[in-house]
Amino acid sequence: MRKKYGNLGIYIVLLIFSFFFLLPIYMLLATSFKPLVEIGMGSMWLLPKQPSLEGFTDSIKRLSPNLLNSFLLVIPATIFSCILGSINGYIFSKIRFRGINLLFMCVLFGMFIPYQSVLFPLIQFLQEIKLYGTIWGLIITHVIYGLPITTLIFRNYYMEVPDEMLEAAGIDGAGLFKSYFLILFPLSIPGFVVAVIWQFTNIWNEFLFAVTITSDPKKQPITVALVNLAGSQMVQWNLQMAGAVVAAIPTLLVYIFLGKYFIRGLMSGSVKG
Amino acid sequence: MHKKKKWLGFLIISPTLVVIGVFVYGFIGATVRASLSDWNSFRKLLSGEFVFSGLRNYERLFADWRFQTDMWNTLFFTVFFLFGCLLIGLILAALLDRNLKGGRIFQSIFLFPMALSLVVTGTVWRWFFAPGILPNDPAGVNVLLGQVGLKSLQWGWFTVTDTIGPFNLALVPVIIAAVWQLSGYTMAMYLAGLRAIPESMTEAARVDGASGWQIFWKVKWPFLKPITLSAMIILGHISLKIFDLVYSMTGSGPKNVTDMPSIYMFEKTFRSNRYAEGSAIAVIMLLMVAVVIIPYLVSTLRKSD
Repeated sequence: MRKKYGNLGIYIVLLIFSFFFLLPIYMLLATSFKPLVEIGMGSMWLLPKQPSLEGFTDSIKRLSPNLLNSFLLVIPATIFSCILGSINGYIFSKIRFRGINLLFMCVLFGMFIPYQSVLFPLIQFLQEIKLYGTIWGLIITHVIYGLPITTLIFRNYYMEVPDEMLEAAGIDGAGLFKSYFLILFPLSIPGFVVAVIWQFTNIWNEFLFAVTITSDPKKQPITVALVNLAGSQMVQWNLQMAGAVVAAIPTLLVYIFLGKYFIRGLMSGSVKG
Repeated sequence: MHKKKKWLGFLIISPTLVVIGVFVYGFIGATVRASLSDWNSFRKLLSGEFVFSGLRNYERLFADWRFQTDMWNTLFFTVFFLFGCLLIGLILAALLDRNLKGGRIFQSIFLFPMALSLVVTGTVWRWFFAPGILPNDPAGVNVLLGQVGLKSLQWGWFTVTDTIGPFNLALVPVIIAAVWQLSGYTMAMYLAGLRAIPESMTEAARVDGASGWQIFWKVKWPFLKPITLSAMIILGHISLKIFDLVYSMTGSGPKNVTDMPSIYMFEKTFRSNRYAEGSAIAVIMLLMVAVVIIPYLVSTLRKSD
């Protein structure tokens, strides 16, 4: 009896927290489904009287080139950085030599730096190789600066694979490459799922590189376009909010359907030995 | 054979090491060099000539009222953001650690903001806290406050220039938005810690007649201390370099009330072509992050040896 009463209190506290967590989302959805004529402030917190897709059709029309850019950026950048991360993670987890941990630490430091501290030389470099302002410039950037986190995810993942399994293959004369492709790689699918989801979400959501490396609005990813949309359409809040929903949908879908793996990637960000 | 394997392993990771060496450490070096130059106009940069000007860019920054404001803003933002995330994260984790029915749903609600871009968060919360024109023409949450009879709480939010000492009150909405996005992450870290505590320990304490409160502080909290430290470091390094959220939500604000070093760096480098000063801000940001991150990296990797 007492236990039940205790749980009720917990549910009430959780519901209060949920209310505050969902309040901005309620506002986001209520605003984005309103037609422009209903965008009066007095009715801002009410549900739309005549739900309309006006905001969505309009924002998709404006943002669709940028959505496409984001996909063109995210897909190759994710694939490359995960493959490289897997190979690196294999070496860092299974090969021991003096100083390898120090090297690993130096690689890891790269994921914590404020990217402002490499931005100016990076842009000069991209200008020199004629990739400044292009999606490929952004892809290369994200592959490079994604190496530390993908290496970390795969290293932690491969640490759990017992060394004996690889050694068994080693005795059969399998070299480094063979034991990777024959033993580790087939076991790597859950590791790849975690790393792919993590990179997909992070690169999709990224803003600093996107806004500084691409200046042509036609080449900018969705996050930059959303900020520009918000800056240029101060009154049409339904358009802005619908734009925010559109920009968030791909990563939200990943979260909804593959949340378990998303959380695992989240946790691996906190290093662990 | 074994030695050959080590060499081959080193050979395989060496391209990564070279790339990280150039793009992280080499570029940091180039930024430091730029911060010691006089490249404060497009013409000077284009000339390609390096004129060493010592710490002049740094001196100018620390004497700059806007940069001083940025440093105070970073400090207060970091402190309150950390406090909010840790407190809410701990409360939520403690409540959800009981395997309640529907616990998974609550967990998903608290964690989903992590999947959003900071830019999306900024856009949404800007509309949420847009004050409108008070008192007659409120907007955003001020409308809601008026409608539920809390008109006295209507406020200019991120547009006010009021301060308490060096603390700009306009930062409060930005802190709320940041806590909203990252407290679920803190909760997930604490939950992972709580679930790793052996059942037998809490059970033993319960048999000895300890209350739920005592069990939490005496038995569980010691396990959560290292997690608190990790969370502080991860969250702290995020807040020291925060950019996307502030840029999309408020920008620098009136009198720079919500300005941050990252925004000033962005404007210096990409709006006013003062590359050397922009680089100096970037170096200062890097130093702040390094002070927090390097000891953390060293200690976690030492543990794993």
